[in-house]
Amino acid sequence: MVSFDYTIKDVHGIHARPATELFKLTKNYESVVKVKKGDKEVAFKGVMGIMSLGAKQNDTVTLSFEGTDEEAEMEEVKKFMEENL
Amino acid sequence: MIVLEGKAVFEGIAIGKLYVYKKKEQTVKREKISDSAAEIRRYEAAKDLAIEQLQALHAKAVKEVGEAGAEIFEAHQFMVDDGDYIDSVKNIIETESVNAEYAVAQTGDIFHNMFSEMDDEYFKGRATDVKDITERIINCLKGGSSGNIDSDEPVIVVADDLAPSETVQMDKEKILSFVTVHGSANSHTSILAKTMNIPAIIGCDIPLTKELHGKYAIVDGFEGKVYIDPAQDVLEEKKKLLQKELDKKELLEQLKGKENITLDGQHINLYANIGNTKDLGLVLQNDAGGIGLFRSEFIYLGSDDYPTEEEQFAIYKQVAQAMAEKKVIIRTLDIGADKQADYFNLPKEENPAMGLRAIRICLTNPEIFKTQLRAILRASAYGNISIMFPMIISVDEVKKIKEIVSEVKKELDEIGLPYDKDIELGVMIETPAAVMIAEELAKEVDFFSVGTNDLTQYTLAIDRQNQSLDDFYDSHHPGLLRMLKMIVDGAHKGGAWAGICGELGSDLSLTKEFLAMGYDELSVSPGRILPLRKVVLETDVSEYKKEKGYI
Repeated sequence: MVSFDYTIKDVHGIHARPATELFKLTKNYESVVKVKKGDKEVAFKGVMGIMSLGAKQNDTVTLSFEGTDEEAEMEEVKKFMEENL
Repeated sequence: MIVLEGKAVFEGIAIGKLYVYKKKEQTVKREKISDSAAEIRRYEAAKDLAIEQLQALHAKAVKEVGEAGAEIFEAHQFMVDDGDYIDSVKNIIETESVNAEYAVAQTGDIFHNMFSEMDDEYFKGRATDVKDITERIINCLKGGSSGNIDSDEPVIVVADDLAPSETVQMDKEKILSFVTVHGSANSHTSILAKTMNIPAIIGCDIPLTKELHGKYAIVDGFEGKVYIDPAQDVLEEKKKLLQKELDKKELLEQLKGKENITLDGQHINLYANIGNTKDLGLVLQNDAGGIGLFRSEFIYLGSDDYPTEEEQFAIYKQVAQAMAEKKVIIRTLDIGADKQADYFNLPKEENPAMGLRAIRICLTNPEIFKTQLRAILRASAYGNISIMFPMIISVDEVKKIKEIVSEVKKELDEIGLPYDKDIELGVMIETPAAVMIAEELAKEVDFFSVGTNDLTQYTLAIDRQNQSLDDFYDSHHPGLLRMLKMIVDGAHKGGAWAGICGELGSDLSLTKEFLAMGYDELSVSPGRILPLRKVVLETDVSEYKKEKGYI
């Protein structure tokens, strides 16, 4: 399993648009993605799960990846988040 | 006559009968089922149908209101197709042996409550989206449709609140206006109403009774009032206003979607000038080909301190995304003279129009300049952005600016942030000095945009604010027109395109002249685009040149 921490820069937090884009992206991989904020963790199975964390600007979330393509998926997700969130 | 007040979200007048719209009550009964696998299949079919509907709505909304307004329907597709939502529905069907309608309604409630309990306004607002998609799936399960207006004549729709899917599904031919009890100015409903060009009033304490249904009323979207059973004199007055509006709309409808091509085939771009993100709706409504002048000053003037890179980035990105692939020309900070921000601590000047302003401030304080450039460059990864620099008088200035832009690009490369590597750079031509060296300037940049207000002031040496000079002022002064010709010729010789973004650009009596001069673009306030397009479509440039003896 690999994981990384990310602090949200976007003033709107993880809102519908980036959540949707992010989800589209993870669909191309087979690893299981989990997103954690504080003590709440959700499996990334759709936009509502990740939005339900209510992650706002300056909140830190942890994303973990487990599966055969975990490294590649993490790289792409990380890049997307840095550019969009 | 009863007069009710609310908050107007779109200007306009509507006169007609009131139509009290009530959502079809989604009474969902809990029923025991025996074959849960079959029930799950029924749910899956309904889910697929809901997604299909949303795809169709998305395509429809893109055409009607543009990419930005349509986005909600794409987000809804992903919500319908959400793994957690699906799991919850299936789980309820299986463990409780209940019908799909009930399982969907239960799931909708869970997610709705989850969002509405959040302490952030944005996420709270998403609770409405959950409700909307839940109702859609239930509707699909029941095989019904929603959002129909059952009336032979166009009506004023009165409702508690409207979901985006309802507003877009309604037959627009039958809607004169929206009046809702709830809803916020930022809700999707208001945004859609705006982009649909329909006067709308929200937050209006209107009773949704049977008695109200079918009553004659006037909606005045200018003052935010609804007149029920209007008095004769009010009716007369509003009818006149309405006629004016209709004339405007007719022009709009006829000209929307048409290319800006003259009778003899010359093309010109018609872009919009805006000074705030609030004007984006107007840009799309008026069918602008892009934004030719995005005045970034409002970000500085509406602030108590220097706006940060992130604040600016969020704004530029929003504009770039809202315009999709259309060009957005952002003019860097143009304060000084009549536009002052206290925190800049600019010295008092004898002659501010000729003082420390615009690019001069930027070149004296490169850090302020670089913050803005970084924000614009980062936003350029999200659309089609160009940067324009105001108050240029020399080639040297342009070279300095380009050096600073390269530095910022290098910094972004180092930290690996994306931007449009081929971003176009342009300058405002608004000083006589810039006119005289147009060709040299053109070799350095991709485009020119003429700021006719300042150029006129500097050329005629007349302060436009000074009314006692009106007799001397001539906005069509031959000296000025010759300059405009020199600018476009210089631009083309030097390999740049040229536009006009000052007030003169929307002067319809000069449009033919600008076409004859060879201008590539005119950027005007959104409301002037369609009248301009009309003139372009009716012009034969070669005929005009012959008439004038140019050829």
